[in-house]
Amino acid sequence: MPKHEKLLQIKNLTLHFRTQKGDVQAVDGVDFELDYNRAVVILGESGCGKSSLAKAILRLLPRNVGKYAGSIIFEGNDVMQLSDEEYRQNVRWVAMSLVPQAAMNALNPVIRVGDQVAEPAVVHLGLSRNEALQPALKMFRHVGVPDDFIDRYPFELSGGMRQRVAIAMALVTSPALIILDEPTSALDVLTQANIFNVLKRIKQELGTSFILITHDIATSSELADDVAVMYAGQIVEVCDAKRFFHEPLHPYSQKLMASVPRLRQEKDPEFITGQPPSLINPPKGCRFAARCSKRFEKCDEEPPVIEQDGRKVKCWLYA
Amino acid sequence: MTDVKTNTAETRMATSSDKKALVSIQGLRVWFELRRFGFGHAGWVRAVDGVSFDLAAGEAIAVVGESGCGKSSLMKTILGLYKPTEGDILFDGTKMSEYDRAKMRWYHSRVGYIQQDPYGALPPFMSIARILEEPLIVAGVKDKAEREQRIMKAMEEVKLTPQEDFLPKFPHMLSGGQQQRVVIARAMIMEPKLLVADEPVSMLDASVRVEILKLLRNLQENHNLSVIYITHDLATVSYFSERIFVMYAGKLVEKAKVQQLLHNALHPYTHALLAATSDPDAENATRFRDVPPGEPPSLVKPPAGCRFHPRCPKAIAGLCDKEDPPEFEPEPGHLVACWLYR
Amino acid sequence: MKAFLNTFREIGRYPSAIAGLVIIGILILVSVYALVTIPYDEAVRLWRGGEDIWYASPKTAPPAWFNFFSRKKQPVTLTLSSARGEAEREVVPGGADATDINLTYTFDYPYDDFPTELTFYFTSTFASKQPFVAIRWVTPDGRELRVADFGINARQTYRAVQDERLKRRLGGLSPEVGLFADPNSPDPENPVPLKGTYQIRIEGVVFEPDSDINAEFVMQGKLAGWAGTDHQRRDLMIPLLWGTPVALAFGLVASLGTGLLTMIIAALGVWYAGWVDELIQRITEINLVLPFLSILIMVGTFYSRSIWVILGVTILLSIFTGGIKSYRAIFMQIKETTYIEAARAYGASDMRIIFLYLIPRIIPVLIPGLISGIPSFVFLEASLAVLGLGDPVLPTWGKIINNAFSNGALYNGQYYWVLEPAALLMITGFAFAMLGFSLDRIFNPRLRGL
Repeated sequence: MPKHEKLLQIKNLTLHFRTQKGDVQAVDGVDFELDYNRAVVILGESGCGKSSLAKAILRLLPRNVGKYAGSIIFEGNDVMQLSDEEYRQNVRWVAMSLVPQAAMNALNPVIRVGDQVAEPAVVHLGLSRNEALQPALKMFRHVGVPDDFIDRYPFELSGGMRQRVAIAMALVTSPALIILDEPTSALDVLTQANIFNVLKRIKQELGTSFILITHDIATSSELADDVAVMYAGQIVEVCDAKRFFHEPLHPYSQKLMASVPRLRQEKDPEFITGQPPSLINPPKGCRFAARCSKRFEKCDEEPPVIEQDGRKVKCWLYA
Repeated sequence: MTDVKTNTAETRMATSSDKKALVSIQGLRVWFELRRFGFGHAGWVRAVDGVSFDLAAGEAIAVVGESGCGKSSLMKTILGLYKPTEGDILFDGTKMSEYDRAKMRWYHSRVGYIQQDPYGALPPFMSIARILEEPLIVAGVKDKAEREQRIMKAMEEVKLTPQEDFLPKFPHMLSGGQQQRVVIARAMIMEPKLLVADEPVSMLDASVRVEILKLLRNLQENHNLSVIYITHDLATVSYFSERIFVMYAGKLVEKAKVQQLLHNALHPYTHALLAATSDPDAENATRFRDVPPGEPPSLVKPPAGCRFHPRCPKAIAGLCDKEDPPEFEPEPGHLVACWLYR
Repeated sequence: MKAFLNTFREIGRYPSAIAGLVIIGILILVSVYALVTIPYDEAVRLWRGGEDIWYASPKTAPPAWFNFFSRKKQPVTLTLSSARGEAEREVVPGGADATDINLTYTFDYPYDDFPTELTFYFTSTFASKQPFVAIRWVTPDGRELRVADFGINARQTYRAVQDERLKRRLGGLSPEVGLFADPNSPDPENPVPLKGTYQIRIEGVVFEPDSDINAEFVMQGKLAGWAGTDHQRRDLMIPLLWGTPVALAFGLVASLGTGLLTMIIAALGVWYAGWVDELIQRITEINLVLPFLSILIMVGTFYSRSIWVILGVTILLSIFTGGIKSYRAIFMQIKETTYIEAARAYGASDMRIIFLYLIPRIIPVLIPGLISGIPSFVFLEASLAVLGLGDPVLPTWGKIINNAFSNGALYNGQYYWVLEPAALLMITGFAFAMLGFSLDRIFNPRLRGL
């Protein structure tokens, strides 16, 4: 029985990077919530700040951080208030873990995959190496990697198997939340489908929640309960998957949906002209205005977040 | 015996088409030798193992398959980067195996190549002007003015305008879509007859993807190009190609017109691919997808008989695991290498 | 061109790079100055040395600027020549065939110590009758001392220090002491010099109408020149100045030659693979276990010590080392990149790919390495010279140290002899290292912004 109403509440999360050319506002005032045993998809194109959002949530920050603010309330505790060491001990991998981008290529080539999966349990749960192999083996079964693979080295595994190992590594400490950054982007269709089957099964069996960060709209629907669309560092729409994939509200979401090639579809997909704005000096007002076909005078001002039947959209059209 | 059958099916297909074949691939095998300690034979990687098809002038085909199925090797052999172990490629009626150095250079200028990762495909230390000039210099276009004029024209065609803005830039200054346009301009600059596109949009963002696909389709129509489109993503195939070839473990298992394949797939592997491809739909999250068990076989020791049989739900014991299936033609122009249709 | 300018602008952001560049600029200016003012032949002649070139210098004297740092001022070497008009000349026609030629030398002596030598070099022209000279010494307090009287030949040297009669006349004090000593010294056992303006009067008599006398007075002090002198009285300025272009040229050519050849050979090996690669790898492995310095010493001992031969051997031995392996690893990655594949697909030739596609890719890695590699070759050249394998004719920094070492400079407290060339070596090393490390940051994106 969950102790708190929400698993994760993110309020006004901001992450800026300092660069030679100026501050990059990679994550700029992001709000969203996540329930127990649900999956939210953060949809966005490259450079919209979605990977930085994952880093901001897990506090995996590079050295050139300019501004890092907002609140991340995990099971009722504002983890932003914790010191780095407390955060490392109590939150990272214990409460939530990450499957980073291209994780399957990031495995250490000279360590057996079993030991790599057990490693987070050793570091974060204080188990001995032998004790840690038990949860590791359990997670191998959950992600569908045969038991005897535990003694193999990464190069002996196919891409799909390595990706499963990376997921097992995120699971081994039984966190309530797993953040997946583009988990299937480099994989083949069958492997993709397999990995999503694995994730669905984990969600069913372990009750884990997911934040899935991706640019691939079609496969994102494989896991999504909710969808949050990110554009130029901001979340422009949050909606349940059912309504989102049927009729998105924000003009950007609509164009994104229209751009998806479908297997058996008569209508040609469309594309979005223009390019997203630079995150160094984003335009005033709505950041999508320059590419939007429904633009009107109001769009020069910062659009408010409008709630409509439990959906949120940051657009003047719905004000 | 099976080879004879393959050939007859192939001939029938060729004659049924009115167009003259621009490229004809005949019994192509590309095997790589595995060596132990730098010498000593340790087996063969059968990357391409008996592939035949004709490609008419102005026709676009798609080769679909998973990574490691041999589609890259097939493509590189067509590009002239690998030598066939067996079989031959006929281009415009001439055998590629008989080309000398000069003829090979000519052939290279007749074939354009579009790669998957646009950033990696562009030398990072060259300006766009230099990048586009290189194929012209290599092909022996001596006149500087002519080279410039061709560069301008190619950039115009891929809509990299105004050209002057892009010419002095370096690849890293461009967006992914613009980089891919440079790659396409480079492929088009010698006005080739054949375009080989290796997953040209898989690294691009969704919003740009369609734009590039449409650009490629326009180029194909305007220049009457033959296109070989290589991909693992069935969803993008229908915008672009007339026929689809499905490749599995070094062989083409199904050849069909796009609509035939999408609506009436025959080979169990094609079924699996179609079943695994998602359209955006909230229902997806509520059900598990049917995925054949196991993984594609090693190309060093492929299974006997049909190479898909260990994963195939409909495998016929005693047949599929013993004999290599020939190509059958259950409906006109729809070929499938599967015993189910014997 | 624009990229080059950008790099230059980028360099401006690193103070250490600017410092390095400024020092390198100064070293280059010094080289140019040395090459222009002291042509090669002249430098070799001066360095070969001998009494007739360096007679005016003291042996192993520290540089003159030592006086700035010590309260007790040491005498600096002084040369006054009547031929150069540094003496007052008075010609008094005498009787029928005798003419008096009086030369008067005036100089200040503000030092707290005595000089080491006092020498007069006479030159005279005459047909048969020798001229006659008398040397008189006038101290600041007006005493006039008789130094010597003698007839002179066409060339005649008079060393006051060795004149026993003068010593007796000076009450047993050695002339260089006695002539300068203050008669009112508080302690007669330890005389102190009398400061002030001294005068030397040479009263000459010639006995022929066309006969003439000239004299050069050399007071060899305890300090000399800007850099001091060595055991052969040679001014160290010569090897210090000339060592600069030699060191820079050696370092630059060796580093550039090694770097470029290593890169090209590695690229050829990677591109052609097969036996070419095997051969290069095996040569490298063999060369890696060969002792580098020992081979250089053998070449120097048995074949030739010419700097050019040593340079050639150095480059040859440095090509096939670890560098080739690391370049190979980088090239292996680049070879697999898709832009190379694209170039092959449009038919670029092997050479075109190697030189225009493979190699330019690692120039950013190469340049900082080349710059930081220069000092090690400069040091190598110096080390060989220190070991006595320096070029036999060229004056270099290493040779100074070698000479200092073999003449016990450190044992005798002549630190300047060793420290001057060592400091130049160190400054050169610092300059290139500072520039090289900054360039590495600029060119290597992974180190950027740290």
